[in-house]
Amino acid sequence: MSALTSLAQLQAVATGRAQPIATVRHCHLAEAPLVMVPLKLAGEAAAPLAMMLGTRPSDPTLLVVPQPRNRDLRFAFAADLAKVVLDHIEASRGSVEQLPPGRDGEERTRYSDAPQLLVPNRGGVAFLRLLGRSTRFRRTEGPYAVDAAVPALGRWLTWFGERHDHPGSSLLLAMTEVLRLHWATGQSAVEDGNLAALLGWIDPPEGMDGPAAAARAEDPVVCPPAGPATDPTFDNEVLAPAMAAYQQNAPQAEEKIRAALESQLAPTWELMWRGVRLLRALPEGASVPARWERDRDAFTHFHQTFGEGYPQARRDPPVRAARRLHELERAQESYEAQRAFDDPLVMAEHRLAGEAFGGVVTECDPTRLDETGKRPRLRPRLWVRTEDPVRLEPGTTVCSADRPALKGRVVKLAEGAVLLELTGGMGRRLTPEPGTVPQVGDRVCFTSRVADSWGVARFPDREETPWTHGGPTEDYVPTDEDAAEEWS
Amino acid sequence: MTDTALALERLRGGAPPRNHDARTIAALTANPGCARRGVMDAAGVDKDAVARALGFPAQFGQSQFAITRGNAFEAKVKADGCAELLTLLRDRLGLTVPEVSYADLEVVGGNEGRELRYTRTRRLLARALESGEGTLFDHPLLRLDIAGQPAYLEPDVIAFQLGGRFHVIEIKSFAVIDGQAEPDQVAAAARQSAVYVLALRRLVTELGAPADRVSHEVFLVCPENFSNRPTASLLDVRPQLAVLERQLARLTRVDRILETLPDDLTFAPGEALADAVRAVEARYAPECMSTCEMAFFCRDEARACGSTGALGRSVRDDLGGVESIGTALALADGTMEPTPDLAETAAQLRLAARLRREALDGAA
Ligand code: SF4
Repeated sequence: MSALTSLAQLQAVATGRAQPIATVRHCHLAEAPLVMVPLKLAGEAAAPLAMMLGTRPSDPTLLVVPQPRNRDLRFAFAADLAKVVLDHIEASRGSVEQLPPGRDGEERTRYSDAPQLLVPNRGGVAFLRLLGRSTRFRRTEGPYAVDAAVPALGRWLTWFGERHDHPGSSLLLAMTEVLRLHWATGQSAVEDGNLAALLGWIDPPEGMDGPAAAARAEDPVVCPPAGPATDPTFDNEVLAPAMAAYQQNAPQAEEKIRAALESQLAPTWELMWRGVRLLRALPEGASVPARWERDRDAFTHFHQTFGEGYPQARRDPPVRAARRLHELERAQESYEAQRAFDDPLVMAEHRLAGEAFGGVVTECDPTRLDETGKRPRLRPRLWVRTEDPVRLEPGTTVCSADRPALKGRVVKLAEGAVLLELTGGMGRRLTPEPGTVPQVGDRVCFTSRVADSWGVARFPDREETPWTHGGPTEDYVPTDEDAAEEWS
Repeated sequence: MTDTALALERLRGGAPPRNHDARTIAALTANPGCARRGVMDAAGVDKDAVARALGFPAQFGQSQFAITRGNAFEAKVKADGCAELLTLLRDRLGLTVPEVSYADLEVVGGNEGRELRYTRTRRLLARALESGEGTLFDHPLLRLDIAGQPAYLEPDVIAFQLGGRFHVIEIKSFAVIDGQAEPDQVAAAARQSAVYVLALRRLVTELGAPADRVSHEVFLVCPENFSNRPTASLLDVRPQLAVLERQLARLTRVDRILETLPDDLTFAPGEALADAVRAVEARYAPECMSTCEMAFFCRDEARACGSTGALGRSVRDDLGGVESIGTALALADGTMEPTPDLAETAAQLRLAARLRREALDGAA
């Protein structure tokens, strides 16, 4: 949050409509994402009740567990779900791209595409994680055998959950989070967690304004919650009697449960696709394809090593946890920097913080040479007039927001102006390549935040985990106990 | 009766004070800056009923599936004189638990008054304190003074004496998966347990024993992973205790708020109810939605008067504490001259407005 987003929220209140806080789309959006709307049984950690899912708005699949306390029915649900998810994964691979061989000469490939999962909210992400946790250790033979697809589903869902933590990853997205990255509403974060209310502000139905649409969205009878928690009144008045009837083998009991759950899921299904349409209408940010490429790399690796891998451990061993944390921090840094380069509205945050500044070039010496060293160097200088509250020390390295290759450093600050010396990105000769140096009258923006400014972390390999961190860890091999774990 | 007690009774409109439970007492700590809530809680006004009467019912409904599951889990843990619970304490936490007796203080049938039940709890605990013997007391009836009024607490917990110290054992039905539970739920459990610890401490000191005969460490018993099997963990509730004690002390100073209110103010049902509620200043924040029965009413009020607080505390902070959306927007577009204390906020807002405009114009 910042004053900029807060101001956008105030403007949303004043206009009755959500206000943009991004001018481009900062996430990848697949041609055919797998939209998943899960519901779970109240009071249970991860007992699936139903899920509506599919890759086309007109063609949802509805999976239902008519009696979630029945273990066999639960695993039947997991097996059905696994088929849809695994099919989606295989269908989303695209072709295989050959990459130049790696440093030690090993062959490298990358799938041209990757699967994308979309859920309504953070609760949906958490639920998929738990579903992954409760299915990945299952055995496909022996006393508690389950369908072979079930543990595979568990490993994939766990993997998607881990990727979700990775800043800038688009493999598993929560719709409310993605929308909030692009729009600010006139309500608080609590209310924004309600997908219907959030969309009400962004794209109210005909004849309604944001507040009216959001108020309507808070009535669970008109807008059932987007899950995974159900509306308690629905549970008590509709679902419980329907399940009791099922228990007593009443005729058509299962159909009735399906119909009831469908009525709870269908509105959210519609909302999900409305969200997809809104996001699709935004132009894609320039660095989105590069981040999706990292996602594809991760996907390719996991997919290709799936056969020889084990289910992910219950808890990360220490070195892996530390490395992961470091990776996430790095990814966060570079994600934020990239977003700012892609989007002037995000760059505005950096300008507000004094880490970047924008303005007009008032003086420029494009062919200035620095001749103090052995050889002369091209060091053009320019004065930029700015009203921004620049908080950069002389000597700070900056680069151009429009063309990050253009580098320079701050020479001095004056009242409402900055003197810059350009140091790179102008060609190799002693006169700048045409068009590289801004001219008097040009609008420019320079930032001190550069993408990928972090070094590579050095962590001991797994075999060399210090004893203080538990010594070397073994691969996690699931035990009989894992496989037999209750799921009640 | 003291003046304060009289005033509080008038506020209730003659209705009996609402019973508190640990959840409502724990919720007292949620928004300590709110005078409206302070007064209503001190008077024991039934906020749920008031909110309904005002047409803004709270939505704290519970699914029967959750209730059933909670009850089933608790019954399992407590079955056969808490056999499973004792095994858990011995094996999982490695406690040397000697033979213990189990006493359920809940009345089966009978129409015993609360004072009587409280006296019984008191008597049994006094004896246990003296003997120092291991005993599990289920459903003790405790008492805590809320703004000078005794509130009886019927905790669904067990007071357990081990090595001369009492521990609160709280049974919750949210799952602990691979050693982790949802932080919100653990936090709520810790706040509630702190209420029991405090009430038990008050009782123990009344009986002449030092307060630390009641441990600040609570046993939290939850289902493990996806099963129905219980697992136990220790929860240190010292921070929650500190907040709770501070807040309860504040409630006893409710007379200061009362002084500022009209003499004939009452929350009795009727035409004037909404105005009466409005007469007491609120401090709405989105967190109210999960802690206070009045939330929908107060949110509506906060929105109607264009309060920045309705957008969240962080927004209010970003705006340098400016309370009104209209003022903030006027400062941002320069149509309002800031007072000296708002000069910095105004400059920041004008800058933000310019940057937004530049970025959006550039993109268009
Ligand atoms: S909902 Fe209203 S009365 Fe309750 S704490 Fe919030 S502001 Fe105070």
